[in-house]
Order: sequence, then structure tokens, then C-alpha cells
Amino acid sequence: MPIIKMNGLSKIYKTGKVSVEALRKIDIDIDENEFVAIVGPSGSGKSTLMNIIGCLDTPSTGDYYLDDEEVGRFGSNKLAEVRNRKIGFVFQNFNLLSYATTYENIELPLIFSGMPAKRRKTRTMELLDRVGLAERAAHKPTELSGGEMQRIAIARALANNPAILLADEPTGNLDSVSGGSIIEIFRELHADGATIVMITHDRHIADNIPRVIKLKDGGIVDSLN
Amino acid sequence: MRLLLFFNQFHRDLKGQKLRTALTTFGIVWGTTSIVLLLAFSTGLKERQLQQQHGMGESIMILWAGTTSKPFEGTPKSRNIHFVEDDPEYLKSMIPEIAMASPEYTNWSATIKYRDKVFVGQVTAGNAEFGEMRNLIPEPGGRYIDQNDIDNKRRTAFIGYETWQELFGDEDALGKTIFINFVPFTVVGVMIKKDQNSSYSGSDRRKTFISYTTFTSIYNRKYLNNIVLKPVEPSHSKDVEKRVDEVLGRKYHYDPTDEEAIWVWDTSQNDEFFDELFMGMNVFLGIVGVFTLIVGAIGVSNIMNAVVEERSKEFGIKMALGAKASFILWQLVAETLLITIIGGLIGLLFSGLIVRVFPMFNLEKYVGVPQISLEIAFVATGLLGIIGFISGFFPARRASKLNPVEALRL
Ligand SMILES: Nc1ncnc2c1ncn2[C@@H]1O[C@H](COP(=O)(O)OP(=O)(O)O)[C@@H](O)[C@H]1O
Ligand SMILES: [Mg+2]
Repeated sequence: MPIIKMNGLSKIYKTGKVSVEALRKIDIDIDENEFVAIVGPSGSGKSTLMNIIGCLDTPSTGDYYLDDEEVGRFGSNKLAEVRNRKIGFVFQNFNLLSYATTYENIELPLIFSGMPAKRRKTRTMELLDRVGLAERAAHKPTELSGGEMQRIAIARALANNPAILLADEPTGNLDSVSGGSIIEIFRELHADGATIVMITHDRHIADNIPRVIKLKDGGIVDSLN
Repeated sequence: MRLLLFFNQFHRDLKGQKLRTALTTFGIVWGTTSIVLLLAFSTGLKERQLQQQHGMGESIMILWAGTTSKPFEGTPKSRNIHFVEDDPEYLKSMIPEIAMASPEYTNWSATIKYRDKVFVGQVTAGNAEFGEMRNLIPEPGGRYIDQNDIDNKRRTAFIGYETWQELFGDEDALGKTIFINFVPFTVVGVMIKKDQNSSYSGSDRRKTFISYTTFTSIYNRKYLNNIVLKPVEPSHSKDVEKRVDEVLGRKYHYDPTDEEAIWVWDTSQNDEFFDELFMGMNVFLGIVGVFTLIVGAIGVSNIMNAVVEERSKEFGIKMALGAKASFILWQLVAETLLITIIGGLIGLLFSGLIVRVFPMFNLEKYVGVPQISLEIAFVATGLLGIIGFISGFFPARRASKLNPVEALRL
């Protein structure tokens, strides 16, 4: 059984009288420990797909099974729980809380999952260590470089040992060197058994990812040309 | 456990919102201070009025004998009624709702002399309960006329504050001999300087009080000037008045419904009037206060709305990481409540400070001493709690209903 299974999934946005079909009849299976890249032109529906996979949004029609559960029908509280336990998000613009320290940022998902303070502390330090920023625990995100901020975001995404890591153009705001080191971290995580879905614009990155899903006008295509 | 995490969390969030937090807190401080001070000054003013009001005695009744205006069982109208010395005791024995009763004799103009100083004043005579009913409180060391004085017709005197000043200046009067119309009396007590804004026979400060038994042994009097009564409960006064007419009507043979046969001044009705007056004032102040607080609530609510706007991204991030809507909701409500409580406490402290400093301006004579009672503090705290909750709740609910995708895009 694949960890992600989508059948005939569509997403329609209605703004006033205009409705946009951001995704149309998507069928995707992703197995455990796959590393998948999603590519496609701007506006093709990549982020929409990512948000639905990540349970931030729900499909208009079609089925979505995550880890054998039909999450496409879940209510907002259940979805929050799924996001907390099974999904790790990494965003293009990092989305760290600017007033909190790196430590506190990483700790957040653990707080929401109700982990006791002692274990939370060990776990947070472990995660900081994992991304090589243990000595930056007390720093605010604004005191870090872009690459470092994204490493903190990855550590935060890993906090509750999620079933899938989702990354929406994680290198989009980074120079090529720090972008490369971020991709390197994802590769290591994949080697350690993680399931990763990553949106990218960068051909070089996509070319080195085992499976690539191409989106165009909300549908999956064989080739983008 | 979860609660602790929760508080931990919003403590951090508040730190990230210093200016807004400070502004909101200031608003609450301002509102609390206004309301608490309004109520404190109102209480002080009322106390001041009541204190003066009670200078003459608290919830007492004064009875004068009058003239009948109705014929009764064969007797014609326009008969004069007179009270005799036994009447107070008789009334007390017949009417259990009466706690204390005293006869009162007055000599309107007596010559009072100490050494070479002469003072013309009033001499008032009653029993031992008279002093208590009429709030005739001795300065430390002295006492009022007691039962022993009455039983033995002792020539002891309790003098008013001004009588003392006129005769003695600064000198200690206790144990000294004064002459009332050439009869020697020993001063056993000096009355404390009390405020009094009502009377039926002039200010007590200028009087000299003696035992009624002594009074009748010197002056030849058949009838009392009046009777002073105190009901067990102020609320019984109407009842007592009716019973007095029944009892005395039987004794003096007049129609108990005759309004003119005896006159009664029921001072608890003054209190009722004052209670109503101040009740009205408090209602007015309450309305002013409630409006002030509503304005405050709108202000806080506006600020919280702006906070939600500004922090949408934060809520989006938290939702993406698995925060439930209820967490966002209660976090914001708790933040507002905390701000409100802190602001309220500062406001209370600030009001307390003003009330403390106030006596330095020497205005107590006019407006009394402002008082912050426990009730005022509770009322203010309760109102603030409600306001904090309401003004936090609606913006918070809005925040908790944000669509995470849209919140993240901001
Ligand atoms: N909330 C929304 N309301 C209306 N239209 C939207 C909304 N989100 C995305 N869209 C539209 O859906 C399409 C896909 O958008 P998106 O998934 O963001 O594309 P990509 O990430 O590939 O650039 C676009 O045409 C976009 O304008
Ligand atoms: Mg996008």
C-alpha cells in the first residue's frame, strides 16, 4: 500500500463568478521512502497539490489516502493532528517565527503534540544537532543566514518523525551553495528512509531526483514540452 | 501539563508584541483607575454624609407629646398630652422591638461656671442609654453618665467639646468641679469632637449632660421634654411607631390614628433618604463606568483585531505545524485576559496610591475620605475580566477560523 494515494483528485477555486480548476483529475501513488520532485510552470498547481498532500487544504473532488486514512474527508481538528504527526513542511520563505529563538521554533510541533518538557528538550537539541546548528539554539532567525534558517525549518519539520517531508521550493530563496547543502540534507534524510516530496524550479535538482512528476495546467503530463 | 505549555507559549508570543501589549495595558490601566476612583470617592462622600447624619444618633426615634386632633371615646379634641418619667420604661416593657429608651429633660439656658469662667448653655438630662443612643462618645479617660449616677442622683456632668473649650481652654476637665446654676457637679467625661449635621435641640458640642434623676431633684419638673427610643432593627421603626401610638393611646386615652397627639421623628428615614440618594448616585456612576469600560472594550477589541491581522502569518505557521483552532483561540483569549488582568492590577494599585495621597490635600471636610472597598475591587476586577474575555474572544475566534493556506501566503 502506497503512503500517498490519490484518485481522480481535483481542486476548484471559486472567486466570485470565476472558478479556477487548479488541479484536474490527479492520480498519484507515492510509496514509502520515495523521493519525488514536482515540477511545472508557475501557476500549474504545484503548491495546490502540495497543500492538499500536506492536509493544509482539502480536495474538491476525488479521493486522497494518506497512510491508509482517507484524510480528504477529515475535519479541521483531525487535519491539524495529521499535520502535526505525519507531515513535515519546509517552505520557500522558511516561515519561522521571527520573535522566537531557533530552539523555540523547533520546539513548536512538539508542544502541539503534547510532548512532556524533558523529552521535548532532548528532542529539540537532537534536532538542532542533526542540522548542525546546536550552538545557535538561542539565536533569533534574523541572526541566521538563509541556508541556516532553512536548516532550522528542516529540523522543525522533522520534529515528530513525520511520515512525509514536503518541501515547496526549499532552495528558491537561497544562493546555489547553501541551496546545494539543503538538497544534500534531503538526500541524507532520504537515505535514512524518509519519504520526500519536493517542488522545484531547478532542472539540475530535478534531474538528480529519482522520480519526477510534471504538472501543467493542473494536470499530470509526460513531458513539459 | 498542557496548560503549562500553553502559558509558556503565549508568554513568548507576548514578548514579541511589546508595543501593542503596552498600549492595550495602558488603556486598561486608565479605565480601571477611572472607575475605581469614581466609586472610591462616591463611597467616601457617602460615609462623610452618614457620619454627620449619625452625629445625632443612628436610627433613633424622638417622641414629643402634642395635642389631640380627634375626639376619642367621649373626650373632646385639643387635649394636651404630656410624657412622664416612667413612660420610656413603660414603652420598652410593652414593645419588645424597642432596644433602648430614655427620658429627656432640657434646661435651655443654664449658667455654667468653672472658676472665673462663665458659659451659658443647655443642660440635657437622660438615663445611661441616652449617651449610647445619641452617640455621645467620651474622650479617652472619661465616661458618660452611668447607672450608679442615676440610682444615687449623683451630681456628675458630661460636657460637650465646646463647653469644655469655653470653660477649661486646654486644661484637663476630668474630676474638676463646675457649677450649674450654682449647684456643684463633677466632670466625669468630655465628649469627643463629633460632626453633626442634624439636631432637634442644637449642637451637642455646646451641651452639658447630667442624670435625669439629678435633674428632677434640682429642678421641679412634672413632664418630660421628649423621649428618645432606639428600635432593635432600624427596619422596625415604622412598626414601633404604630405600637407606641397603641400603647400611649391607651394610657393617655387618645385615638391611636391621631397624628397630632404625639410627634415622632424617625431618623432612620433620613438614612433611607440618603441611601436612596447615594443609590441613585452609584447607579449614575455605574452607568458612566460601564460606558467607560465599553469604550475600553472596543479599544481593546480593535487592538486585538489589528493583532490578529498582523499575526495571521504566525497563526498560519502554527496551524501548519499542527496547532488546532482551539489552541489559537484560547491562546489569544488568554493573552487578552492576561493583559487585562495586569492592566487592572496596575490600575488598582494606582488608584490605591491616589487614595493614599489624597488626604495630603486636606479636602476630606468637603468630599470625605475616598475608600477602595473589597467590593469595589471585586466589581472592577469582575467587569474587567468580562471585558477582557469579550474583547479577546471575537478577534480570537476570527483568528482560529483563518484558512491556513491563506494565512501562510500573507
Ligand atoms: N486561493 C486561491 N484562490 C483562487 N485561485 C487560486 C488560489 N490558489 C491558487 N489559485 C490558482 O490556482 C492555480 C494554481 O496555483 P498554484 O498551485 O499556486 O501554482 P504553482 O504553485 O504551480 O505556481 C493558479 O492559477 C492560481 O492562480
Ligand atoms: Mg507555488
